[in-house]
Parts: sequence; structure tokens; C-alpha cells
Amino acid sequence: MQIYLPIAEVSVNAFLLLGLGGIVGILSGMFGVGGGFLMTPLLFFIGIPPAVAVATEANQIVASSFSGVLAHFKRKTVDLRMGTVLLVGGLVGAALGVMVFNYLKAQGQVDLLVKLCYVVFLGVIGGLMFLESLNAIRNVKKGKAPKRKKHNWIHGLPLKMRFRVSGLYISVIPPLIVGVLVGVLAAIMGVGGGFIMVPAMIYLLGMPTKVVVGTSLFQIIFVTAFTTMLHATTNFTVDIVLAVLLLVGGVIGAQIGTRIGVKMKAEQLRILLAMMVLIVCGKLALELLLQPSELYSIAAEGH
Amino acid sequence: MHRILLAAVLCLAALPAASEEVVLGLSSDTVSINTNFDGSEILVFGAIKRDAPFPAEPPMHVIVTVSGPSEPVTVRRKEKKFGIWVNTDAVEIDSAPSFYAVSTSTLLGFALSDTEDVRHRVSIPRAIRSVGAPANIVNSETFTQALIRIKSRSNLYQLNEGTVSVDEQTLFRTSIALPAALTEGDYKTRIFLTRGGDVVSQYETSIYVRKVGMERWLFTLSREQSFLYGLLSLAIAIFAGWGASAVFSLLRR
Repeated sequence: MQIYLPIAEVSVNAFLLLGLGGIVGILSGMFGVGGGFLMTPLLFFIGIPPAVAVATEANQIVASSFSGVLAHFKRKTVDLRMGTVLLVGGLVGAALGVMVFNYLKAQGQVDLLVKLCYVVFLGVIGGLMFLESLNAIRNVKKGKAPKRKKHNWIHGLPLKMRFRVSGLYISVIPPLIVGVLVGVLAAIMGVGGGFIMVPAMIYLLGMPTKVVVGTSLFQIIFVTAFTTMLHATTNFTVDIVLAVLLLVGGVIGAQIGTRIGVKMKAEQLRILLAMMVLIVCGKLALELLLQPSELYSIAAEGH
Repeated sequence: MHRILLAAVLCLAALPAASEEVVLGLSSDTVSINTNFDGSEILVFGAIKRDAPFPAEPPMHVIVTVSGPSEPVTVRRKEKKFGIWVNTDAVEIDSAPSFYAVSTSTLLGFALSDTEDVRHRVSIPRAIRSVGAPANIVNSETFTQALIRIKSRSNLYQLNEGTVSVDEQTLFRTSIALPAALTEGDYKTRIFLTRGGDVVSQYETSIYVRKVGMERWLFTLSREQSFLYGLLSLAIAIFAGWGASAVFSLLRR
């Protein structure tokens, strides 16, 4: 069944979008990530204009994060204070990101920037995660206990604040910076940024793993909602029909994925996620490195 | 300029062929884009009204063009820089139709002389208006060719030679396929009658392509009430997120 998208002005198969939403939803439920980093490139691939794909994906992430954060509120695994600090940084970052996005769109370099961001971040995160989980699997086999976290330079910074739920007493500067970076990426890449924020919170801020996912989801809702509003009011690129199709598939898939995830071991899950991240990264890198079959591209003039 | 034009008109009037006139019909003069729009086909048909018996020579040909709203576009070329493919040179084309189809009863070059093509902007390259590329770009025409190539691939530019059927030198018909990725606007439809490469009669009308129903409402809302539209998108997202978690926690019980 073909559906004409009013903003993207293309006609696509509705079941294809529901299916894509579902598959990405299953993966995001399994791994606890938003799935934006998979969905946005897939949308490019089926011919949705990049600007529409990025803006609409931000809207879809609001839905999946909201669904997820409700479960975490019930289990009391959301650090609201930390979330708010990350959020302040995130809103600043999102505003910067949309400005950069609009500037580069006028220069015709937005595709390049989006792809470069993907290749760099997916490559680094995927690689680190792959090595880390490989070590974890090896250690489990040898019967070693995982190492405890230590104090590092981050604990020496000023403006300290107490975060009860996380059991931390640290400076607000590192969470603010993490928030800004994730906000910029959310606006440029059309992702929630969970795949960057989660490792940053665990390894950089030293937060306990059980509050990390809930807190990152809490922050992501607001940053992506803000990004959606910015894209909707400045670029008019949020396609509500596309968003609905994706999020219906996505929220159902996420619930199924969560059940599959429960049955698997943490290290196995992480190594699978790392491999998936690296495959997406590799595909995008090849697009930049190999000669494209069409060297020319057309764009409507920016007004 | 005016004097030349006037002379041309007088010349045309003096020809006996000028008494030929197009009477046109369209299968529909509006195309509605609704939610399940998947392209459309328009039947253009008509007859030629004459005051006198038609001359046998030169033979008559019919050209039908349909053009969507024009807009300025930027064509960019990728080049390998620092090992990766990057957009470098760009040429701005002042006005290119979003959709353009030319259907003819014979080969276009055969039905229409080059001077008439220049005057009426019939062929695809002539329908695109490009004032000039920046001086630092060589081969700027390759950018126009690229535009035509890319648009033709998705059926947005069509050259359909020999698809207009003409019966008894009087009745003609053709059908034009409109692709699914269609933009809104008035699609100018022109019919030319030619003899020996010269346009002897011309008729112009419009096909209205409009989003209707929900598509219309959402599109207008997103442009005129963008803040409200953004809030609506967010409300739907929040509701769907809450709904999914509520439904599945009910199922789990």
C-alpha cells in the first residue's frame, strides 16, 4: 500500500515503513538504544530527503524514549537531578546543532557532515564496545571479576553537586559538556545520542549502570522534542505521517525486543550491538570512499 | 522586438494553415494528491477545427507538453578531496520545471525546427532556464545535462517521441504518466500543431495538481502554524509511547 508523505512529497510503501520501524524497534528494545543511528541511514536509503529524515527521526525518538522512560520511572532508576543538568547542556547543544545544520544545508555540505559524523562516532563507539565486550567474555571464561571504577581527573573540577540517585558528588561541568555534545549530534544526525551518552555516563561520569539508561532516556525525550520543534518551525521538515508509521512499528518492536533481550547475556548483547554499529559505519564509510555512480546531485535552492 | 513579433504574427496569419485550430479535451483537469496517491495518468485528446480543407503537404504533427511549477535549483558536483567524495562545484539554475513531459507524434527534431524550439521553449533543455554559471566552472552545460539525467531517471522529465497518435489529420490523443513524487501547482499544458517544423497553431490550458483532504490540511498546518504542527507531532509521539507501554503492561498481567 503506497502512502504519499505530505512533507517529504514522495510516495512510499506503508508496510515497508512499518516493517523498518518494527525491526529497528526490536533492536532498540534488545540493546536499550534509540535506534536512530540505524533508522536515519535506512530512511536515506529508501529515498526520503535527508533533511526530512533527520527531523522526523527526532520526533520518532521522542515516542520510543517516552515509552522506555515510563518503565524506568516505575523502577525508580532515573536520576532526575543528573538528567536536568544533562538537559541544560543538551538544549544549548541542540540549538547550536540546528544552526550548524542550516548553515551547512545552504552550503550543500550537510550530507557530508551527517555521514562523517556517523562514520566517526559509529566507528569509535562500535570499536570500543567490541573490544570491551570481547574482553568481558574472555574474563567471564577465565572466571575473573570485572574491575572496579577508580577516581580520576574529573573529580578534581570545581562546581561540585550531589547526585543522590547516582550516589555521586562531582562537578557539573562534565555532565554539561556531555549534554552539549549529545545535543549537537542529536540535531545534526537525527539520533537521540544514547549510544554516545550511555558510555560517557558509565566511563566518564562513573554513574552506576542501573540508572544510566533511564537517565539518558529522560534527557533524550526533552532534547529530541526541542530538536523536533526547531526543525518544524525553521525548516518545515517534520513529516508527521512518516513519523506515525515509523513509531507504530517502533513501539511494538521495542516491546518484543525487550523480551528477547532479557533472555540473552549482557556481553553477548553488547558484542552484537557493536558488530551492528560497525557494519553501518562500514557501509557509510564506503559511500564516502568509493566513487559514486552519479557525481551530480540536485537540491532546491535555499530561500 | 515588438515589431518583429508583430511581423511574425502577421506572417502566420497570412498562411492558409493558420485557420487550423485546436479543440482540446482532458480526461481530468485536476489531479488530487490524497494519502494513497501513487502517480496518475492524464489523457490529453482533441480535434483540429478547420475552415478549409487541410493541405496535404507538409504533413501535420502534434506536440503536447506538460510542465510543473518552475523553481530555482542548485546542481552540485562531487570531487575527491582528502580521499573522500565531497560536493565542490555548484551551479545555480535559475528556473527548472519540477516536472516536464514532451510528447510528440513523430521525432521531436522532425516535428519542430530549432528556431521554433527557441521561441516556444519546447524541448527539455530549452525548458530549463540557466543564465550562466560562475566563471570559475568549466563545462557548465554538464550540470544542466546532469539535472536532466537525474530527473529523467525518476520519470520527472520525459521525452515521449511518437506517443501522440493522430487520426485522419484531425483527431489526436496521448496519455502522460505523472509519477508518484509530484509537487503541487498548476501544470501548464500546451499543444502545438506544426507543419514543416513551424508552429501553425497553439493551445494552452492548465492541469491543477492539488493535495486534498488530510494531505492538504497537514501541509498547510506545517507551513502556516508550524509551532502548532510541531506540538501536534510531539503530542502524537508522547501518546504513542505512553500507549504502547500501557498496552503491553496490560498484556503482561
